[in-house]
Amino acid sequence: MIEAQPQNKRAQRAASWWPRFNSGALTWGRLTLTLHAFLMYLFLYGPIFVLVVFSFTRDEFGVRWTGFTLEWYVRMFANDRLMGAAGNTLYVAFVSTVVSTIFGTLLALAMERHRFRGRTGVDAVIYLPVVIPEIAMAVSLLAFSALVLEFIRVVTGEVVRRSLVTVIIGHIAFSISFVTIVVRASLKHFDRRLEEAARDLGANSWQTFWRITFPMILPGILGGALLAFTLSLDNFIISLFLSGPGTSLLPVEVYNKVRRAVTPEINAISTLMLAVSITLVVLSQLVQRRR
Amino acid sequence: MALSSFEREQQRREQRRLIALLAPGMLWLLVFFLLPLLVILVYSFLTNGPRGNLLWQPTLQNYVDLFTQSSYVNAYVRSLWISGLTTLFALLLGYPLALFIVKQPPRVRLVLLILVLIPFWTNFLVRIYAWQIILANNGLINTTLGAMGLPTLFLLNTEGATLLGLVYGELPFMVLPIYAALDRFDFTLMEAGADLGASKWHAFWHIMLPMTMPGVAAGAVLVFIPTIGQFVVSELLGGAKVDYIGNLIQRLFLRSNPPNWPLGSAMSTVMMIVLLGFILLYFRSTTEEDR
Repeated sequence: MIEAQPQNKRAQRAASWWPRFNSGALTWGRLTLTLHAFLMYLFLYGPIFVLVVFSFTRDEFGVRWTGFTLEWYVRMFANDRLMGAAGNTLYVAFVSTVVSTIFGTLLALAMERHRFRGRTGVDAVIYLPVVIPEIAMAVSLLAFSALVLEFIRVVTGEVVRRSLVTVIIGHIAFSISFVTIVVRASLKHFDRRLEEAARDLGANSWQTFWRITFPMILPGILGGALLAFTLSLDNFIISLFLSGPGTSLLPVEVYNKVRRAVTPEINAISTLMLAVSITLVVLSQLVQRRR
Repeated sequence: MALSSFEREQQRREQRRLIALLAPGMLWLLVFFLLPLLVILVYSFLTNGPRGNLLWQPTLQNYVDLFTQSSYVNAYVRSLWISGLTTLFALLLGYPLALFIVKQPPRVRLVLLILVLIPFWTNFLVRIYAWQIILANNGLINTTLGAMGLPTLFLLNTEGATLLGLVYGELPFMVLPIYAALDRFDFTLMEAGADLGASKWHAFWHIMLPMTMPGVAAGAVLVFIPTIGQFVVSELLGGAKVDYIGNLIQRLFLRSNPPNWPLGSAMSTVMMIVLLGFILLYFRSTTEEDR
């Protein structure tokens, strides 16, 4: 992801640009810019704030404040269907994160450390899942899974349905790309002389990797893994298309409920999901910035 | 050029290492990403049976329908239109915000940047749902208006609400690349412009904007592409009153009775081709250094 660079000389000069440049008119410009930024953060966080507040309201429609209650959270935790879906979601996220982190890290090493024919093509294949609309990926996986399941039925005579396995396969397919991109960024900053030094001191390539390279890029790998985990937890479109009968995931449950009406119970589930993702993103930023 | 046997051995070892690094991730992407896209392409030339079953009779009918039936053509036009509007608004709102962030001292900058990143990591569905609480007929805005004795407004289930939700959801994707471009921009150029007598606007239009164009282009691609395939926002905030490509594809695959996978596949294929055109245009216009 994008990092705030440590302030360099150019940025310092840049900071001095505002006050000095045509000062009279610029105080206005500056004020407008500040006001705009304030409004934008309000725009980004206002709805989230409203959602959290209305998860504690007594109002059964969940849209006005009529006093504080924790009833909706109690109901949510007592709802077996929701808790089952939450368990499924965590399971899918865990498995797909482990697999995609390993595959993605290997791909990042290949791309950053090697020059080979067809590298541009590989690059395109890695970036494509990130840029194409998710629904295109979802329907193609759905069609493909139907074909494969039909094939299994014809060959073995057993009827296999879509399940958490198909969801996990789909989640890994998009997570690999994100992990690769994050790990590649951390490899770019890497000082390769450290590896040369290790070799000069007699370490073989395996030792060099585990003692030098791996610890150095570990923050990037962890950052990629946390991103993969969050994306899987939040994923809704691929999960909707690939989950089978009886294997529900939390975002899909929320979607099915939300389509009907606003309820304080959905506010409570949503708040919980937001809290989990925000914790994860802050964690990942801390992990990646610790040097 | 004669290689010593040692060098040749070394080369072979490199080769094996590269294959070991590439194979797992690439195989996964080939089988579970590229191959399914091919399957969709094949499906789009097949006939839909009377009960939604697939008939292996090649036809061009799906594409003919797509380009001749007004409801499908309209969905494409409408999707392109709203995606364009979303991109435009995200740019108008996002550029000043990115500029404001770049102008801050490093610590503040980091916090502001993470605040933009957090929505990107949190559940899209939930954040869109939050707007329902605000916009609904008995929602926050209307209860507030009612309390003040003002007439209530019909806000939810309108195309305006869809646009609002899309801009809200995609704004971070615009801000981050523009921020990265502004971070590399040498602001002393603006001073130089001023010294040469350029007005603030003139300097912005002729120096800052052209030099940060790669960031704007990247942001536009990142906003435009997911918006083209969306179906959640137009369903939750737009009330599914009009169809966008995403809504049609989702319906043809999951909801219609009988489903029509071949037609849905054709819709998805055309969408992909249109978007690949945009992506190629973007890659043509920028070099690797810019990205």
